[in-house]
Amino acid sequence: MRHFLDFEKPIAELEGKIEELRRTTDAGGIDVAEEVAKLRDKAQALLKSTYARLTPWQKTLVARHPDRPKCLDYIRAHIEEWTPLAGDRAFADDAAVVGGLGRFRGRAVAVLGTEKGSDTETRVLHNFGMAKPEGYRKARRIIELAGRFGLPILSFVDTAGAFPGIEAEARGQAEAIARSIEACLEAPVPFVATIIGEGGSGGAIALAAADRVLMLEHSIYSVISPEGCASILWRDAAQAPTAAEALKLTAEDLRRLNLVDAVVPEPLGGAHRDPETALAAVGNRVWDCLEPLLALDGATLRARRREKFLEMGRNSVI
Amino acid sequence: MNWISEWALPKIKTLFGAPREVPENLWHKCPACEQMVFHRDLERNLHVCPHCGHHMRVGARQRLDYTLDEGWQRIELPKAPQDPLRFRDQRRYVDRLREAQAKGGQEDAVVVAHGVIEGNRVVAAAFDFSFMGGSMSAGVGEALVTAARLAVLQDSPLIVFTASGGARMQEGAISLMQMPRTVIATRMVKEVGLPFIVVLCDPTTGGVTASFAMLGDIQIAEPGAMIGFAGARVIEQTVREKLPEGFQRAEYLLAHGILDMVVKRSEMRATLARLIGLLRLPERETAPAAEPMLTLAPPAPAEGPTPAA
Repeated sequence: MRHFLDFEKPIAELEGKIEELRRTTDAGGIDVAEEVAKLRDKAQALLKSTYARLTPWQKTLVARHPDRPKCLDYIRAHIEEWTPLAGDRAFADDAAVVGGLGRFRGRAVAVLGTEKGSDTETRVLHNFGMAKPEGYRKARRIIELAGRFGLPILSFVDTAGAFPGIEAEARGQAEAIARSIEACLEAPVPFVATIIGEGGSGGAIALAAADRVLMLEHSIYSVISPEGCASILWRDAAQAPTAAEALKLTAEDLRRLNLVDAVVPEPLGGAHRDPETALAAVGNRVWDCLEPLLALDGATLRARRREKFLEMGRNSVI
Repeated sequence: MNWISEWALPKIKTLFGAPREVPENLWHKCPACEQMVFHRDLERNLHVCPHCGHHMRVGARQRLDYTLDEGWQRIELPKAPQDPLRFRDQRRYVDRLREAQAKGGQEDAVVVAHGVIEGNRVVAAAFDFSFMGGSMSAGVGEALVTAARLAVLQDSPLIVFTASGGARMQEGAISLMQMPRTVIATRMVKEVGLPFIVVLCDPTTGGVTASFAMLGDIQIAEPGAMIGFAGARVIEQTVREKLPEGFQRAEYLLAHGILDMVVKRSEMRATLARLIGLLRLPERETAPAAEPMLTLAPPAPAEGPTPAA
């Protein structure tokens, strides 16, 4: 069953009607092809107009959509010989962070990402994409491994943020994130990161301090969740839509601020309506970004990556 | 002026309940033990409660006064964009910012200085929690990058005293990007073989902890300082458990292997001086400041596949 967001209700109603009419036809009733076509056009137009002017809060909901393709969907679509690696060699394996080796368009690469899971069972398994210190230490280990073997790194980021827990703090959540950011910046290999859903604060940048950072059209990237920001600055979590607006967290905003390198357009109605198209679009764009980087040596890549991040905030004005 | 006007008259006025001219903040209440402390005693004791030893929060310039030898100099910082997102919550960010600037007499939450600690030249950056919660803006990022560049230029160790609630929400993702930016600053210092020392002061949380503040060659904290990534309230709501005694305090972090030491404010100068003395190679002390020591540069990064042994 398709999951509809609140603002998609009028579209859902139209599509329900179309479905109903179709069933009538199938059952041998009167031919309603013309009526169905008309309704379908109407639904399509409505979808188009709705998605053409999504508010930042609506984008936040789309970015968190349960049917949106997840990190592992991108890996399944694009990585051959996928060989997951596990563990931080110190404490545990954190399933919120996915990492491993494989081939992208024939070339050996290291792949990283945060995985939210796609049903109840996998969501629990992956801790809803919220990593603990062992997850960031696993990421760092794989980044360093990639560096040693000259493997380009691809990351797919989708997380509400690092897991806020007692054990996570006791094991050094902050240090683990800091070291993972450091590993990203130091990697002597090409590194392309894609924000595919939620880019939640430090937990996201830990896997995304890359040469090229892409964002899906309806993904978000923010220093704090709109709800968190609203409850601190407005003292009312219900003000989240207002906070989402103020935070400038959409792909378009981040591109305009020059904090990400490109925005990947999504199929009409969002990636969750047509995952295949979204997966293909990301794969193509990642390759377009990666290819020119392959010609550069490690020192150059690292120096340019540093220059890029050192500039951030210096001239960014909306 | 004589002893009558200076001493006797005020005494008499006080005795007879005349209007008090003394400012009310002559006495401070310790937030921990709630005892009253006379301001001169507090100042003499480096803002540490003489009754219970609680380390009270101090401003950036006060911190530098307490740590560096007399005569330290503040560094002019490059200007960062003010209110890049034109952010507005219940108030306009630009108004909050101007108010903090007027009140604190500084551009943003970090003061950068160069000076000497017991004969050792250092570059120091100190956060001011009273400036918008010491939150990390583009200006704060700029301050740390400047401090790192200056340390490299002057061939001096870099010491950062943190006190921050984390990211500056009003600068959105720009604030987030100060995490990698400040991590790069730490790399610049470390790569030329200079010590980078972090002193975590109360409180240090969020994006500041999760970037440069956890990457010190030596990690020091003041006693009782609250240090963590996620806020205690958020954790409580997520895990629905009572937080352990002393959770996210300096001593808790020390016990969990996250810090090297917890150092009292009164011993900070001597500790920093000793550490710098131990970390600096003897030949470096006589080396000309402008010439980087090539032998101390990190090995070139591995390019291409490394053959298996």
